[in-house]
Amino acid sequence: MIPAQFDYVVASTLDEAVSLLAQHPDEAKVLAGGHSLIPAMKLRLAMPQILVDIGRIKDLSYIREEGGQIRIGAMTTHYQLQSSDRLREICPLLPETAAQIGDVQVRNKGTIGGSLAHSDPAADWPAVALALDAEIVAVSSKGERSIKASDFFVDLLTTSLEPGEILREIRVSPAEEKTGHAYAKVLHPASGFAVVGVAVSLTLDGGGACRNARVAITGVGSKAYRAEGVEQALTGRALDSAAIASAAAHATDGIDANGDLYASADYRRNLARIHTGRAIEAALARA
Amino acid sequence: MSDKYVGKRIKRTEDPRLIQGLGHYVDDIKLPDTLHVVFLRSMYAHARITGIDTSEAEHAPGVVAVYTGRDVVEKVGPVPCAGALPGLRVPDYRVLAKDKAVFVGQPVAAVVATDQYSARDALDLIMVDYEELPPAVDVEESANNGPVIYEEYGDNISYKLTAGEGDIEAALASSDHVIKQRVVHQRLAPVAMEGRGVLARYYPGEKELTIWSSTQIPHLLRTQLAIMLGIPENKLRVITPEVGGGFGSKLNVYAEEAMLGWISMQLGKPVKWIETRRENMQATIHGRGQVGYIEIGCKNDGTVTGLRYNVFADLGAYHQLLTPAIPTLTGLMLSGCYKIPAIQINITGVFTNKMSTDAYRGAGRPEATYVVERALDLVAAELGLDAVEVRRRNFPSPDEFPFKTATGLFYDSGEYEGALQKALDMAGYDQLRQEQKIAREHGKIIGIGVSTYVEICALGPSQAMPAGGWESATVRVEPTGKVTVLTGASPHGQGQETSFAQIVADQLGVPLEDVAVIHGDTSIVQYGIGTFGSRATAVGGTAVYIAVEKLKEKAAKIAAHLLKSDVSNVTFKEGRFSKQATRAAAAAGEVPEPVLPAGQAPAGALPEPDTEGNHISLQDIALAAHIAKDLPEDMEPGLSATYFFEPKNFTFPFGTHIVVVEIDRETGDLQFLRYVAVDDCGKVINPMLVEGQIHGGIVQAMGQALYEEVVYDEQGQLVTGTLMDYALPKASTTPWLELDRTETPTPVNPMGVKGVGEAGTIGATPAVVGAVVDALSPFGVRHLDMPIRPEAVWRIVNQQN
Repeated sequence: MIPAQFDYVVASTLDEAVSLLAQHPDEAKVLAGGHSLIPAMKLRLAMPQILVDIGRIKDLSYIREEGGQIRIGAMTTHYQLQSSDRLREICPLLPETAAQIGDVQVRNKGTIGGSLAHSDPAADWPAVALALDAEIVAVSSKGERSIKASDFFVDLLTTSLEPGEILREIRVSPAEEKTGHAYAKVLHPASGFAVVGVAVSLTLDGGGACRNARVAITGVGSKAYRAEGVEQALTGRALDSAAIASAAAHATDGIDANGDLYASADYRRNLARIHTGRAIEAALARA
Repeated sequence: MSDKYVGKRIKRTEDPRLIQGLGHYVDDIKLPDTLHVVFLRSMYAHARITGIDTSEAEHAPGVVAVYTGRDVVEKVGPVPCAGALPGLRVPDYRVLAKDKAVFVGQPVAAVVATDQYSARDALDLIMVDYEELPPAVDVEESANNGPVIYEEYGDNISYKLTAGEGDIEAALASSDHVIKQRVVHQRLAPVAMEGRGVLARYYPGEKELTIWSSTQIPHLLRTQLAIMLGIPENKLRVITPEVGGGFGSKLNVYAEEAMLGWISMQLGKPVKWIETRRENMQATIHGRGQVGYIEIGCKNDGTVTGLRYNVFADLGAYHQLLTPAIPTLTGLMLSGCYKIPAIQINITGVFTNKMSTDAYRGAGRPEATYVVERALDLVAAELGLDAVEVRRRNFPSPDEFPFKTATGLFYDSGEYEGALQKALDMAGYDQLRQEQKIAREHGKIIGIGVSTYVEICALGPSQAMPAGGWESATVRVEPTGKVTVLTGASPHGQGQETSFAQIVADQLGVPLEDVAVIHGDTSIVQYGIGTFGSRATAVGGTAVYIAVEKLKEKAAKIAAHLLKSDVSNVTFKEGRFSKQATRAAAAAGEVPEPVLPAGQAPAGALPEPDTEGNHISLQDIALAAHIAKDLPEDMEPGLSATYFFEPKNFTFPFGTHIVVVEIDRETGDLQFLRYVAVDDCGKVINPMLVEGQIHGGIVQAMGQALYEEVVYDEQGQLVTGTLMDYALPKASTTPWLELDRTETPTPVNPMGVKGVGEAGTIGATPAVVGAVVDALSPFGVRHLDMPIRPEAVWRIVNQQN
């Protein structure tokens, strides 16, 4: 609970942060909301030598619409996402999920960029980023690149961010016509992280059948994943309860499910199946 | 006594400073030149220490000193155990481990540095050679054939004790039914919001040691530390500043408290240690930790004939202050609120390679209530009777009080049927059962749990306590008329600064704001016992009450003297003493002379008391008592009184809790539909404080029933070492609590108060478990062990084992 010694640098611009990371590729860690990194440092599970605080960079906290996309600055807090009326209209999955993260204090300090970059296997945002087919914009001294969410999450606490890269922005498309979203979550009773979290984005065709479905699940495996078996079983179908239940049965296909004190692998698979079904039902009702 | 404050919902006067962050906890006290201490703790549950090399740590930046077991074993006495039981084995518990570590988190070395960061960094430089030994983890295994922790004992049994009255064998043999059930009371972590913390300052010139500690028992701690450190008790001062909760975990004397005192004496400087949450989980006492076997006998009509409880108590590696005594409290309360002619408890106290168990909110009594309430539910299930009906059939009637149990107690007063009926009415019990029936027909899984409990509070008569069961109070009226109360109780969140002031303000007819309640400083407050066992108001509050009455007697004598009357002719009302006009004087229309005509006072002199003719205020009497120019002959100046209250008995609050839950068939998740509780804690001083205690107690009980469990793995490693793993109940998981009270005063003290600090924890746990078991009864379930996690429920509903 007493961290090891480190240097602390406040970056006032993104350029400054990027150049600090370029100078110290192995020693530096980016500090965003601090809700994952600081607890890890206090337990000395993480001992970065330099913390680059990007919390005071002015233009990293925003929600705006540009080029037909919703653009969210990396330092946008969960609370800002939860309380955005505009997002509730054009991409309700974001506020719905934000409202289920941690508690008020966590939501006031924690950021979407920090959560995505940390890639905790039980975090909420990775599932949502996958379900919205988000693009993640990273910047480094070499310039900027866009990474598809499906390529971003590599493994437990590992993303495709390169050393020296900072996650700058998240881009998602506004919900199409006849689209419904939902996020269903089972909270871990101690940590509040997802024992299972299922994010669904469902678009219907004119006849009411499922034209497109993206279903992403967090908490079950070593990283959040798209449940492709579920998506395939939904696509092109008229979604009655039986179709949804049989699709949801594929929620953990090919996944090595985690087990812990609170939920064994078997039970987690069951929760994933049940909550996938419930999230699809909820999304369908909103489409 | 006026009724302006007592019984009213007075807001806590403590709260404005606490809410605004203006209170002073141990860590808020900053002394110049303070050094910081960090402890190296054993990473093994059971290991021989074959060598410790501190040389590198000693030379690390900022490090002032490093101490190991070798440095202190001869200097600091053992951590004390106050439990005295026949044949009790008490291992030598030194403040730092020397040759062997016996639990994960046991202090092995201490680093002192100029700041806590340097101290913590230096910990990593201490090289300890451990030779790992197989650990004793599971309590039953450790009792039978597990690895032995103390070779000299030959086994892990600390003590065996049998208690109870009546012929249990005959009682069970003559029963129509005997039902057996194994139950587990899992280990819990108290998790006070503020962890422990110690600041010690030794003045080598004055040879005075001051210890600031987050404790519930400042005076007892002073006595014990004086013994451990070999310092005269009158040269040791213990101060408890704000204490952020204890739940029993600070009713103790810890190795760190003595170490800090000793280090300060070595270095002649202030030293501070503030516990981290991880240390709090590892090395602050745990609660519960029992595995027991119930045997209950009953007649066909549900009358209970006998109860036997064979229990293995997981004591941990050492005895802390009350470790071995806690299971004996379970034995005392096994009768619950029922007439049970024969009761027997067989306790096996077992050493394991874990942190000690000790008092945690309820301290042995929640275990008893859980046993007897689960047992009554088992009787109901066996006989196909309603849980309420079985309870009713075994209640003593109100005219049987004081009611003697087969555990040797005399219950002071009780109206069990009254509290039960009130709770049933509030819940609409018969209707609930109807609704449950219909819901079940529609495939819903709904359960109703009922617990009727009695608890033992106001600990207690000194005969039954290891270090005195009385409590002390001094009440002073200062020359300016302000009232100072010194209480030997040591509130740490309960709100007695408010409730004691309510009592005193009403007794003296002064405004609440004029009363200051001071506690937790052994140099200011007369010796006291402390706050635990739901005793502060019933015992400490009574001491205050009687001290005020004594003070009023003296004030009345002064009043009579100043009013030139006789004490028998002086009355007291709303802060004023009045001379009753005699019939003759009234007829003659005489106006009495002012008793003390105001003279020409020199500058700086206090004002003269004003008698207002036939009246004199308490404030003026206080002034007169301090100026002491005109007091009754042979009277001591000053206006104060001290009283040490020794209760003749415990008190026995009681009540009924009713819980309704619904279970999600697909996930096993539980949802509370209703929570109804009727508690009777005797006379109530402040309903808001009582409700707060009930709320908190119920929520902590829900924690045990559904979420909390200290888990050690097979190697004795603590799995639930942070709050990311150890699940506490949260506001978001707490249902609306529908509370009411009945009020059956106790004859044990003049105010009739019983105590309420632990009631919720005691009453609620079996009600919650009972509700889940009732919900799952169609699946053949009669008992489930805690914490009842959704997965276990899901497996039952889906029959996957």
